Amino acid sequence: MIEKALTGSKGYYTWLGFLGIFILTGVGCYLYQFNEGLRITGLSRDVSWGFYIAQFTFLVGVAASAVMLVLPYYLHDVKAFGKITILGEFLAIASVTMCILFIFVDLGNPVRILNVMMYPTPNSILFWDMIVLNGYLFLNIFIGWNVLAAERKAVAPPKWVKPLIYISIPWAVSIHTVTAFLYAGLPGRHFWLTAIMAVRFLGSAFAAGPALLVILALIVRRTTGFDAGNEAIKKLINIITYAMLASIFFVILEIFTAFYSNIPSHKHALQYLFWGLEGHNKYTTWTWISVVVGILSALLLLLPWTRNKIGIAAVACAGVFASLWIEKGLTLVVTGFIPNPLEQVVEYAPTLPEILIGLGVWATGFLVLTLLYKIATDVKLDPNSAHVH
Amino acid sequence: MYDSGKIITGIVIFVVLVTFPIWYNLGRATPPPDPKIDTPVIQEMKVKQCIEPKQAMKGNHMKILDEWRHTVVRNGERIYTAPDGKQYDMSLQNTCMKCHSNKTQFCDQCHNYLKVNPYCWDCHIVPKEKK
Amino acid sequence: MGLNRRDFLKIAGVSSLFGLGGKLAWEVLGPGALEASTKPAPLTAAKHWAMVIDTRKFKSEADMQKCIDACNKAHNVPQIPGAKEEIKWIWLEKYGHVFPDDEHQYVSEAVEHKRFLTFCNHCTNPPCVRVCPTQATFKRADGIVMMDMHRCIGCRFCMAGCPYGSRSFNWGDPRRYLKEPTNPEYPTRSKGVVEKCTFCEERLAKGLHPACVEASNGALIFGDLANPNSEVRKLLKENYSIRRKPGLGTAPNLFYLV
Repeated sequence: MIEKALTGSKGYYTWLGFLGIFILTGVGCYLYQFNEGLRITGLSRDVSWGFYIAQFTFLVGVAASAVMLVLPYYLHDVKAFGKITILGEFLAIASVTMCILFIFVDLGNPVRILNVMMYPTPNSILFWDMIVLNGYLFLNIFIGWNVLAAERKAVAPPKWVKPLIYISIPWAVSIHTVTAFLYAGLPGRHFWLTAIMAVRFLGSAFAAGPALLVILALIVRRTTGFDAGNEAIKKLINIITYAMLASIFFVILEIFTAFYSNIPSHKHALQYLFWGLEGHNKYTTWTWISVVVGILSALLLLLPWTRNKIGIAAVACAGVFASLWIEKGLTLVVTGFIPNPLEQVVEYAPTLPEILIGLGVWATGFLVLTLLYKIATDVKLDPNSAHVH
Repeated sequence: MYDSGKIITGIVIFVVLVTFPIWYNLGRATPPPDPKIDTPVIQEMKVKQCIEPKQAMKGNHMKILDEWRHTVVRNGERIYTAPDGKQYDMSLQNTCMKCHSNKTQFCDQCHNYLKVNPYCWDCHIVPKEKK
Repeated sequence: MGLNRRDFLKIAGVSSLFGLGGKLAWEVLGPGALEASTKPAPLTAAKHWAMVIDTRKFKSEADMQKCIDACNKAHNVPQIPGAKEEIKWIWLEKYGHVFPDDEHQYVSEAVEHKRFLTFCNHCTNPPCVRVCPTQATFKRADGIVMMDMHRCIGCRFCMAGCPYGSRSFNWGDPRRYLKEPTNPEYPTRSKGVVEKCTFCEERLAKGLHPACVEASNGALIFGDLANPNSEVRKLLKENYSIRRKPGLGTAPNLFYLV
């Protein structure tokens, strides 16, 4: 099936070339970082994780969200998801690829990355994250590829795929739970030390991931003619709406606990986000954009006279995605370090090379996604391949 | 043969890539290694003997060093008993390099020849050598 | 944790080699007697290293600076300008920063304006060790929270885990700021690894006290918490002491007398 990724229209090649430019720029900047060390980033002794780890965290959510298709389709036999599920699985593959790359570019000593496997350390959450992420990557590659290959030959997928599909459902939940545990188990980082971190992560993941998928499905429909179906998109929008509302609700819970308890250390990070702390306010504008765009988008998706217009719904999905990207792909990680353990405020902003490396990783993810979607849509649109469901 | 042009170009590119290491190093004559042990400390020794016989050191010094760093850093044990019963402080910087104070004439000779680049010296301090 | 037979034989064997055979090894190498032994010796039999910081004995910041300088010198700690890339093993902070939970508006003037030495607490339950994915940072049997620079992958999870900000990362090559090593016997670090205070384990192995203790003129007291007759235990018994953020359950092994 790989050959299908090698031939395409002029637009297809132009898009690949466009991504290629970002990938090459990213590789160039990464070589610079590799030689100079992470000093070329905006990170510091006080804010020691930033843009890279935040992207990683956000993308784990996008990857996990494939379960929002797999679960209804395979477990509850929701036929509407028959055509779109493969898009979700392939999005998961691209997202996990980006996650792994973001971890890699964040390492101070990337050549030693195999130490994580050579000295397995079960008490470290990062060790488990490595296991669940790689496992999830392989699960989705096996499942997506075999189901598609079977469809192409107009036969039922091999029997051993079914158990893998069922395993992939709790596995998707596990990747985001374990990622939340990276943060939620650290003493002294009050902003992260919250029992609802994992469910907050899942809530925002099940909104942001499907929101991206809706947009992607609409793009695929326009560019390839492969239609995932309006019903599937409407069902997805329902999922996004309630996941987004849950997500907003969880943030309100955090705000209540911090401010009603009135414990200063629990309030600091939120004060920093919304109003700034001790005159430092790099992220207040971002935070308010996230809040306003998030609530507006949720309303647009909730009200019948807007959610049923596909154009408005698509804009609202973009809003959901942007709002949650700001929350999880930017502020959540950085604010965990503010104030620092000595109660001093040290701010962080990514540098240009850091952003370009990040864009390079995103472009790599979209390259993987494009190739996979090209294969999937070609197979699906091939009149010789029958649909077995 | 269909597409012979493409196939032949492909084969040529493949062959060039696979043989890259060979022609990349063509014409770069690296002098054969000639490690020297004529440092002042070694010259003063009556019996010029490292912690193990020369042959063992030649083949296994990297394994010994790897074991040393593990034993010292992780187990906090610092004394090495050589086969001849002599005891040494397990330290690259403070034991090995006290005798072999000529890194360029000793370590680098083989390392450069074999194009290996151990990262010992990123942290461990090289003794000053007279040029 | 008792001294097992193997360890006993090792210590006894090695110390007899250095002519210390007359007494039992740990009698010679026990705390207090450390200075007496100048010959190389393996780790002493301490089970639980700890430090008491008698802040009352520091007459001025210059006194504390001596400890900092001694540490920096002993460990080739580079002096990097600017807070962003700074490497700190031991440094000075205001009361409110070291003890944020104990700060209040009416704290005594002496304390309010004073700065305190702060460094790795060598916690009994170290979060940094818990989170490290490669065991590059680990807890030794004698309580020291140690760094294995050969193994660290630079993921900086330990820095997120440490509730005291005691860990520094080498954002670039530290040698750029270290033209000449200050201690030719000790290595530097490379870019991409995390570093911190190690209670001078390399000096303990030689039977020496940590560099800061030696430079402190008696204000820093180092010893075995497991030994009821040690000086640290005596000081803790006779004085009111505080630790940093005790509510987190990390159980620091740095005790401050204020």
